[in-house]
Amino acid sequence: MVNPVRSLGAYALRQVYSVGRLGMFFIYTIRGLIRPPDKFWLMVKQIQFIGTKSIALIGFTAAFTGMVLALQGYYTLIKFGAEGWLGSAVGLSLVRELGPVLSALMVTGRAGSAMAAEIGIMRIEEQIDALECMAIDPFSYLATPRLIASLISLPLLTSFCDAVGILGGYVIGVGLLGVNAGAFWSGLTSSVAWSDLYMGLVKSVCFSVLIALICTYKGYYAGVDEGAFGPEQVGRATTSAVVISSIAVLIGDYVITSIML
Amino acid sequence: MSYEKGVPITLFRGGGRYCRHEGGEGIWRSLCNRTGTQYGMSIENIIEIRGLNSSYNSRQVLFDITFPIPVSRVTVIMGVSGCGKTTLFRHLTGLKRTQQGQISVDGKDLGSFSEAMLMEYRRRIGVLFQSGALFNSLSLADNIAMPLRVHTGLAQETIRIMTLMKLNMVGLAEFGDYMPSQLSGGMRKRAGLARALIMDPEMLFVDEPSSGLDPITAAGLDRLILSLRETRGMTIVVVTHELESAFKIADRIVVMDGGRVMASGDPEEIRNSADPRVQQFLNRQADPYKMHMEAYYERLLGN
Repeated sequence: MVNPVRSLGAYALRQVYSVGRLGMFFIYTIRGLIRPPDKFWLMVKQIQFIGTKSIALIGFTAAFTGMVLALQGYYTLIKFGAEGWLGSAVGLSLVRELGPVLSALMVTGRAGSAMAAEIGIMRIEEQIDALECMAIDPFSYLATPRLIASLISLPLLTSFCDAVGILGGYVIGVGLLGVNAGAFWSGLTSSVAWSDLYMGLVKSVCFSVLIALICTYKGYYAGVDEGAFGPEQVGRATTSAVVISSIAVLIGDYVITSIML
Repeated sequence: MSYEKGVPITLFRGGGRYCRHEGGEGIWRSLCNRTGTQYGMSIENIIEIRGLNSSYNSRQVLFDITFPIPVSRVTVIMGVSGCGKTTLFRHLTGLKRTQQGQISVDGKDLGSFSEAMLMEYRRRIGVLFQSGALFNSLSLADNIAMPLRVHTGLAQETIRIMTLMKLNMVGLAEFGDYMPSQLSGGMRKRAGLARALIMDPEMLFVDEPSSGLDPITAAGLDRLILSLRETRGMTIVVVTHELESAFKIADRIVVMDGGRVMASGDPEEIRNSADPRVQQFLNRQADPYKMHMEAYYERLLGN
């Protein structure tokens, strides 16, 4: 009877410790903004990796999502003779929800996993220790540029996702299903307000912090708790970075929506 | 400082301050040296380890470690695998905080250093890790130049020249543009040494310099370590289990076993040690085969 209780207690303590360490990691990452090294080129490199290299994937995902939304929306709305509102349905779905969430999930899968793996490998190959021994703040060098790059890239990617998705919806709705182009644009512009765009922007900013923080944190502490530093620990860190980031994005989406609606 | 016209002078750091080294003749002047660390002068301990205990979670790996590290000398820490050498190395480089006992650097306890003091200490040291620990995303030259770029405001051209000098010192002058993945293990290790030396540190910590290297490269590294001590008065701590290399470079040897210091002294004292375990280590004799049958059966069959 004592052993399960002890295990549960040890598990709870570990979780509390992890949350505290994540909090400290966040503080150190923010502190990195005012500490050397100079982060301009590190940041540019990360923007290229997180942002530029994700454009094709986000565009592809957004286009097909917009097309499916138009297809599904058309056959639902036509039952009520309201197919003119297709632009509104596609626009609102994308700008408020699907744009930020899909972009965040795609960036997590493509760039977040790579962040965790790269930093995890640096951990097991003693490169993070080497940074410390060179009196270089590893948080400032590794985590801060990724956080800034993520903060710049994800809102832009989300905007791109919204635009491509709406275009995909337009092509299917107007081009294939014969919805009136004027009705589509008018429905879209009359329904999607600045507050909707603002909500999408707030979400993408929050998601970018969550993704960068969780993925760099998981990579940074790969194997540290186990006291073992090998490929298995990097794999585990990468998997948990993607899973936890994705869950955090979905929960965050609900919380932000419920606050802002 | 003023210099005579026409006398070739190079400046480099020693004892934490800039000192001058004239005409490449190997004359080490203690013009501004902190402790008068010219090789052959009076010896002082730059680091003193007293009663150091260390553990990972509940497993204790170091027990009451006590020995000094003299300034401008090569101290070699030897011992079998798993004896706690690397843990001690991590304590000395400030990567692991002291839990019990004391590591005293210039009379100040390393364990009580604030983050700023620890950063300052790390600017005084160079560290070569066993694998070289080069950054995979940077070229060799960028790897070596990194500490200069972060900590100094030197011009790019100056950094390039200094990097090339260090690469030349370790015989890798032609490989500056290579990525670490394109190099052999030995080359990576030599590049790691060049990076450790780029700030001309006062103390150099080297983890297993010869392991995995061919005899010629290993001998070259040994020679480089000796020349660093002789020409720059650098304090060097080497962790190794390579006997030949250890006796070649060491001024002082510390032999560890099971997390404890078995013997320490100059190479001759270690060679003449009466401790049977030290002699077993030096003579490369395997442990006698022992099997506790009861424990063995218990492990096989459970309780």
